[in-house]
Amino acid sequence: MSEAAVMHAGAEPQESPLTPENWGKLGMWLFLAGDAMSFGCLIVGYGILRHASSNWPVPREVLGINLTAFMTFLLIISSVTMVLSLSAIQNGDRRKFQKFLGLTILGGLIFLGCQAYEWTHLITHRLPEVGLSFSTHLFATTFFILTGFHGMHVTGGVIYNTCVLAAVSRGRYGAKHVEIAGLYWHFVDLVWILIFTFVYLL
Amino acid sequence: MSAITHKEPNYMGVFWWLLVLTVLEIAVIYMPIAKMAIAILLVSMAISKASLVALYFMHLKFERLTLGLVALSPFLLCLFLILMLTPDIFPH
Repeated sequence: MSEAAVMHAGAEPQESPLTPENWGKLGMWLFLAGDAMSFGCLIVGYGILRHASSNWPVPREVLGINLTAFMTFLLIISSVTMVLSLSAIQNGDRRKFQKFLGLTILGGLIFLGCQAYEWTHLITHRLPEVGLSFSTHLFATTFFILTGFHGMHVTGGVIYNTCVLAAVSRGRYGAKHVEIAGLYWHFVDLVWILIFTFVYLL
Repeated sequence: MSAITHKEPNYMGVFWWLLVLTVLEIAVIYMPIAKMAIAILLVSMAISKASLVALYFMHLKFERLTLGLVALSPFLLCLFLILMLTPDIFPH
């Protein structure tokens, strides 16, 4: 093999000037940008429908905020454990990584449990009490669509993180994959922060 | 990878900020001030919290401009959507 060929074989692959970051991360960011547009349209749509309505209820009086504040706290905590799991795998500490990513998954599962409880309580008790339902008032329609769309993302995130945990534990995935999964999970947290403010508090 | 070429952010510091802002958000809705002031405060705090997550947890602060522009693009679309719907929001 010539010297040039040896040098070429040992060199880092040339990256496109348009994508200086690694492809997986750029791909995830592009997906998240598209996903953010979906959430953005839903939140803007919610705001416009609310503004146009003359009998929109005060959300926090119908929904309550105690459970949701706890759910917000839970997602923030799970974001912290996610970055700590990334930090652990970057430092080669696989045991710590498994512990923190396991806690992240657990946080997501508890969040989903709380959301299931909240939905059940709203559908069976609270909404009938105030004379609202999914099909009779846009407040309930937009609420279930927005929080349901987010809940689907949390479900996807829990499955995704579980797959990453299994793959890293088997040695098939590394820190790069954890960082990409982390981007998705933090995005889910970020969107919830906005939903909590715009749908529950405002 | 950018995440390992920069100094690790103080993640626990970011967590405490997020927690404090969340508590403040809940406190603000019970404050005896104008509705508009409450709305402005809530939106400001929500944007601050979202920015903290994006900048530090998602490492956007340490990324190249390209990713920053990708991340900003949905906000431009939302702004465009609001502007296009303004005639419906505020009819003559």
